[in-house]
Amino acid sequence: MIDLSINFAGIKSPNPFWLASAPPSNSAYQNCKAFEQGWGGTVWKTIGEPVMNVCNRYGGLDYNGQKLVGLNNVELISDRNIEDNFKEIAETKRLWPDRAVIVSLMVESKKETWHEIVKRTIDTGCDGLELNYGCPHGMSERGMGSAVGQVPEYCKMITEWVTEVSTIPVLIKLTPNVGNIQIPSRAAKAGGASGLALINTINSIIGVDLDTFELKPSIAGKGGHGGLAGPIVKPIALNMVSQVALDNEVNLPISGVGGISNWQDALEFILLGSTSVQVCTAVMHYGFRIVQDMIEGLTFWMEEKGFNSLDQVRGKSLSRIDDFGNFNLLHKTVARIDQDKCIHCNLCHIACEDGAHQCIDLISENGKSKTIVREEDCVGCDLCSIVCPVEGCISMVRVDDGKETKTWNELVADFKKDNTELTWEKLRAFQKRYGIEIH
Amino acid sequence: MINLAQKLTEQEYEKNFAELHPPFSKNSAVAEANRCLYCYDSPCTKACPTHIDIPGFIKKIASENLKGSAKTILEANWVALTCAKACPVDVLCEGACVFIEKNEKPIEIGRLQRFVIENYFHAGMPKLFSAKPRNGKSVGIIGSGPAGLACSGELALLGFDVTIYEAKEIPGGLNTWGIAPYKVRQADSLKEVKLVESYGVKIKTKIRIGKEISFEELSSKHDAIFIGIGLGESFDLKVEGENLKGVIGALEFIEEVKAEKWSKVNVGKRVAVIGAGNTSIDAATEAKRLGAEHVMIIYRRSRSEMPAYEFEFQLAQKDGVTFHFQTNPVRVIGSNSVEGIECVKMQLAELDERGRRRPKPIPGSEFKIPVDMVIKAIGQQTNTDLLGSIPNLKIENGMIVVDPETYQTGNPKVFAGGDCINGGKEVVNAAYDGKRAAHGIYKYLFGK
Ligand SMILES: Cc1cc2nc3c(=O)[nH]c(=O)nc-3n(C[C@H](O)[C@H](O)[C@H](O)COP(=O)(O)O)c2cc1C
Ligand code: SF4
Ligand code: SF4
Ligand code: SF4
Repeated sequence: MIDLSINFAGIKSPNPFWLASAPPSNSAYQNCKAFEQGWGGTVWKTIGEPVMNVCNRYGGLDYNGQKLVGLNNVELISDRNIEDNFKEIAETKRLWPDRAVIVSLMVESKKETWHEIVKRTIDTGCDGLELNYGCPHGMSERGMGSAVGQVPEYCKMITEWVTEVSTIPVLIKLTPNVGNIQIPSRAAKAGGASGLALINTINSIIGVDLDTFELKPSIAGKGGHGGLAGPIVKPIALNMVSQVALDNEVNLPISGVGGISNWQDALEFILLGSTSVQVCTAVMHYGFRIVQDMIEGLTFWMEEKGFNSLDQVRGKSLSRIDDFGNFNLLHKTVARIDQDKCIHCNLCHIACEDGAHQCIDLISENGKSKTIVREEDCVGCDLCSIVCPVEGCISMVRVDDGKETKTWNELVADFKKDNTELTWEKLRAFQKRYGIEIH
Repeated sequence: MINLAQKLTEQEYEKNFAELHPPFSKNSAVAEANRCLYCYDSPCTKACPTHIDIPGFIKKIASENLKGSAKTILEANWVALTCAKACPVDVLCEGACVFIEKNEKPIEIGRLQRFVIENYFHAGMPKLFSAKPRNGKSVGIIGSGPAGLACSGELALLGFDVTIYEAKEIPGGLNTWGIAPYKVRQADSLKEVKLVESYGVKIKTKIRIGKEISFEELSSKHDAIFIGIGLGESFDLKVEGENLKGVIGALEFIEEVKAEKWSKVNVGKRVAVIGAGNTSIDAATEAKRLGAEHVMIIYRRSRSEMPAYEFEFQLAQKDGVTFHFQTNPVRVIGSNSVEGIECVKMQLAELDERGRRRPKPIPGSEFKIPVDMVIKAIGQQTNTDLLGSIPNLKIENGMIVVDPETYQTGNPKVFAGGDCINGGKEVVNAAYDGKRAAHGIYKYLFGK
């Protein structure tokens, strides 16, 4: 039996899929509908200070005909009456006792205001709180959102105000608009947080209209930076999640957010240390129904790999992460083309010729072009195999015997031992010894 | 036959009967899947007679949840591989795809479905469904074609003990014996038979009702009976010379071809196919691909009344089949075997009850065409022998009358679906009938 259930700092959920705090989790109607379709939990759309939204608050980025690879927004927190929100949160939790209902909060940076909203929120019967230190627009100008997430001292202070009165787990949702994500994570931990959620949206301008010179979206002619989400932010989110997961000073459960559209994306976050995952843009694009494939796809994958609980999967790829200085310099691969599969588009040739090391020759054979790798010159960069449009046509073949290894750190240490400096000349001598030729 | 067409080499046969549409590679399937908009309340799903959740299964290809995708498809349709390859998708799902309204190429739903199901069989047919506990009732299924298979599979999941009775040695009905080999191979159909068997359905072959076992005996063995026998022999032309050697029914001819021993199938140098439905196109293209030099389709009405789908018509034209419209055979000529056919030109007069213009011979327009073989493809008759032995069946226009919801016939214990209730439609319609009838049987025996 495959068990997808999780326990996130005491918050239980039948599966790791949560709605991110965003438009899809705005009301009881939406959250209950999402639960009906299978979502394991929700982070209620951020409630707090009185706000008012503007029209045209989103900008979409299409790429090569694929709609919405990125979504920009200048939306604020919930603009619905806070009393309605409290009522609906309580009602939703009452109807769905087995699902995780977490409420996202954001108020001005005053201790009493935070105490007040935390108590009122806990009275709804919800399972946890998520403090929104993330919005990079609108709220940050008022000293909230990313204005908090970017200053570790505020991060810690507000977390402390909340955790000193909260009787339920407190998650901190971090902004990615910082230099090193570990710093606000540690501040949140120091403030007593039970878990982290990341990432919120990334500061961005999604585009400019070439006819009107207006920004996208245009709000009566004006525009500004907004928060970027959707498939394109996933690599940034994955990196940040892994950095926090690897930080021994933090050591908190993580809810992974950013660019998750299906079970495969979710699984990558889990393999890099997330306990739960949150989704916004994909639901805004396709609706709650996407969770069915998420649950089924993850279940079948676990079945196939022989796992029966997510505890066996979580963080499994973290041990693969290392510093550049520890990579093996003697690992040698070359590109090999399967001529039977090649369709003669010659993209590998031009990519190598103009973008790499000029080692794929284009020759003519019976009036047809043919691409041939000069293996001795190939530096094994992988570019050609990335551009090749045919599955399994170019493979990167390992040609070192794997017996010897030498990392950059070891190399530098060797020189240190000999009390010499690493010069180009010496590096060449080292390469020569291993038959490595770079022209 | 006097003039036999020259036999071809094995390679030539293989080439001629090779698949019309190549399969997708994984990359292309994923790319095509990502092109699908994932419409909500989608028109493609509504246009599929079995209502497969098409955006649902396509989305799962995009996320490479291929097992889940297969589940979504097979949940709705037990013979999804045959359907993927043989359905007239232009007039069904793909014809309804929203891209057509945008004047763009519709999503290749049929090929995507095929990709998923072939992958599923390739992966060793992993179990997708769990059957309900045995409910103690048993059902006898007459015929192992798409309707019978779908009904059996569904009944097995509902907890019934199911036995199929099949007259032929190899099961699968028309899926095995009636679809052009360049669309579906026997092996494809037999995979679907295996799938149904894997849920506990028993198949008894070479059992003809009324010969090896009487209907009465069958009926006494089971709590309910499902009839999925399709249609019977091809209609006669009702002209002189019909019994000459070289006159053959389309179904019988196609069956010979389906056995895939092509060098054994005799075909004339010049072949006339009478009728212009999809079956006659199949017979004509198959004759051509077997090496016939001239194949002509003779049809009494005009091109616009022709029942064959447009793409089938085009396929025949591409194969070099010629068409004689508004032409009707009056006599097959020959002393022992076929030497020619005498036809008369037809004019189209007033509308008939189905709104088609009624064809009338033009006096004095008779002409002769030398042919070596005549294939009758003007439809099939009801299997009256078998149906006559079942008490209380109601038959109208050669079709068994059933309740449209439950598929129950005039005999409460007997249910029916597929060609024998609709006079000859697509595999996909039979698949839907069979599945619905299973639920009708459940309702009949358990009251819900
Ligand atoms: C329109 C919109 C509104 C959002 N509102 C909030 C919010 O009120 N509170 C919050 O914590 N995050 C908010 N977010 C951020 C999302 O919760 C999420 O962190 C982000 O969209 C990345 O996930 P995704 O790529 O799945 O969309 C919003 C995102 C979008 C697109
Ligand atoms: S999505 Fe709905 S609320 Fe938004 S602009 Fe369109 S119709 Fe209006
Ligand atoms: S990119 Fe791939 S398909 Fe194109 S020429 Fe190179 S090897 Fe052949
Ligand atoms: S109508 Fe076309 S685009 Fe829409 S779901 Fe169906 S196949 Fe996809």
